[in-house]
Amino acid sequence: MKQTVKKPVLAVGPFHPLQEEMEYFQLTVDGEIVTDIDMRISYNHRGIEKISESLQFDQVPYLVSRVCGICSASHPLAYINAVEEIAGVTAPERAQYIRVIINELERMHSHLLWVGLGGHFIGYDTVFMWAWKYREPVLDLLEEITGNRNNYGNVRVGGCREDVPDELKPKILEELGKLEKKVEMLTKAVLDDPIIHARLKGVGVLSKDDAVQYAVAGPTARGSDIAIDVRYDDPYAAYGDLDWKVITQPEGDVFAKAVVRLLEVLEAINICRQAVKKLPKGPIALEIKEIPAGEGCGRAEAPRGETFHYVRSDGGNRPTRHKIRAPSYVNVPSFRASCIGEHIADVTITLAAVDPCYSCTERVAVVDSHHNVVHDYATLLKMSREKTARIKKEIGAPELKMEDF
Amino acid sequence: MWSLKKSVWVFHVNTGACNNCDIEIVNCLTPRYDIERFGIKLVGSPRHADALLVTGVVTRQAAPRLIDVYRQTPKPCVVFPIGACACDTGIFRGGYHVVGPVDKIIREEDPNAIIAFVPGCPPKPEAMISGVVKALSAI
Amino acid sequence: MNQEELNNRLLEIRDKLIDIEHTTNNRIFLPCEAENNYDVCKFLFEDLPLRFVIVTGIDSDNCFEVLYHFSNDETGHVVTVKAFIRDRENPAIESISPFIPGAEWIEREVHDILGIEFKNHPNMRRLILSDDWPEGVYPLRKEVQK
Repeated sequence: MKQTVKKPVLAVGPFHPLQEEMEYFQLTVDGEIVTDIDMRISYNHRGIEKISESLQFDQVPYLVSRVCGICSASHPLAYINAVEEIAGVTAPERAQYIRVIINELERMHSHLLWVGLGGHFIGYDTVFMWAWKYREPVLDLLEEITGNRNNYGNVRVGGCREDVPDELKPKILEELGKLEKKVEMLTKAVLDDPIIHARLKGVGVLSKDDAVQYAVAGPTARGSDIAIDVRYDDPYAAYGDLDWKVITQPEGDVFAKAVVRLLEVLEAINICRQAVKKLPKGPIALEIKEIPAGEGCGRAEAPRGETFHYVRSDGGNRPTRHKIRAPSYVNVPSFRASCIGEHIADVTITLAAVDPCYSCTERVAVVDSHHNVVHDYATLLKMSREKTARIKKEIGAPELKMEDF
Repeated sequence: MWSLKKSVWVFHVNTGACNNCDIEIVNCLTPRYDIERFGIKLVGSPRHADALLVTGVVTRQAAPRLIDVYRQTPKPCVVFPIGACACDTGIFRGGYHVVGPVDKIIREEDPNAIIAFVPGCPPKPEAMISGVVKALSAI
Repeated sequence: MNQEELNNRLLEIRDKLIDIEHTTNNRIFLPCEAENNYDVCKFLFEDLPLRFVIVTGIDSDNCFEVLYHFSNDETGHVVTVKAFIRDRENPAIESISPFIPGAEWIEREVHDILGIEFKNHPNMRRLILSDDWPEGVYPLRKEVQK
């Protein structure tokens, strides 16, 4: 292999770039092709697992809801699944359905957020504004049910805290219907647009073998033809009672992952609609007096993939050990496999395709061997958009038409 | 000071947050809230900023960066700790990797810093806009 | 691989385990000594094969426990290898990153927070603690107060 001058590449974020500092992603390039990548994380480490040991079992959901803002229904649910496993209890049916409703609403707004960001990275700012505008009705619904747009705090050991009032059901169904039309329009626009095809197909491919080696989860895995989904494989809440399907695509590139996410929004609308219609009567929580000694493994399918919580109890009222694994923890390192061999103009969208936590995405830049920034994030973003513009010119296709409802 | 009152340019710093506040900040740009019509814009460098929107508890790793950003921001500037974590470390109080909150770190660097708190978990975009407007009118 | 097949295949490594524990209908724990962990994990990941999930490190009173979680997606089983490190003075265990690249980060993290050495780890460096975090202080050890 020719020994060329190696320039490490670093990522520095879009909305908060810190140009003088190396952080997060260090990519090594050969010319304009990425040859290796290293990552430094630590900026977000808040020592949550240790804090969990000082909280009581029913205080922990408030803590883990804030592990990641956009998976804030999945983390507490995975934790609750673990604790209910230790206690040997099952929450009442109505609570299981409410958990499904909240989690699917979260999936919808999380994937729409991703669609917006993805559009932003490749220069489709209309898509960004559009997707984030149509997240708002979902956030409004969540606020009506739980009292907050994020950090719902709705699960507890043995059930749920807030009920879905029956008067609200028609409104939920109406909003879901409206959202479905809009997302169908967006999905069709994206799937038919030749520029997006040319821009995203074959980019950032994660092969099935690499996906297994890096043990990825969620749409990152399902976009590489690995049909895993905790809701199907290890059903929790009411998913076992509802009729839905796992979405996969075989190609493993950014386009495949985008398709998986868009179709999952439609599937989430389908699941949520069924759950609302079938919502059984009854109590929404059991009284649990104490948690016996034992250990439990709870998991939930967050928008980004499998969230896994391991909880150990010694019979007291606090967990003695609480391990939290967010899906991004296994998905982000796989960026190494999907990014090597890519052009630096594709780095931002390849990283975004893994759908890491928002602030992680924005830590990319290129520096030379003296750690002087050669290409900062703004430049990488510009390169990404210029590539789209070039493709547009070559293909000569019309503008992506986004209808407003 | 009057220069801060109109068309405030803000720079966003994440010092170890769950991203809820960060997403709500970006939400302010989207059609429902659309702060760009007030001339408020998110800039790419602290050197162009009139105000800092700081989220997160300030983890040990992020603290030097926060101080760096503050130094680079031309004075006078207003620091807005956004969210419960930035205002007072929120639910992460006492964590071994948490050195915040934001005002403690900033005041170590500059005891006369202008700091305006926007609490919430996360604060809704309306709360953030209201907080920023209130603080700037009071200056 | 269905439940019966899974149970049968686990018997193939029974000699390397202390026990096979079924705690609920789809949770299996495989306690073993630290020396056998590498072979057990390799068997689970390559031969069955199961999907790797994550590693949990625990400071138990008289030993360290390192739990390797795997998933059998067909049946929803979580199979957890529970490796006991009896030497508290110099806790060490063989790294599984050479054949599971996805385990690289979590082994670095367990090293950071518990001080367990992972032998032959391809890239052992600090991961989640800050650059200025003092050496030798392991936050998740029991003696370290919050």
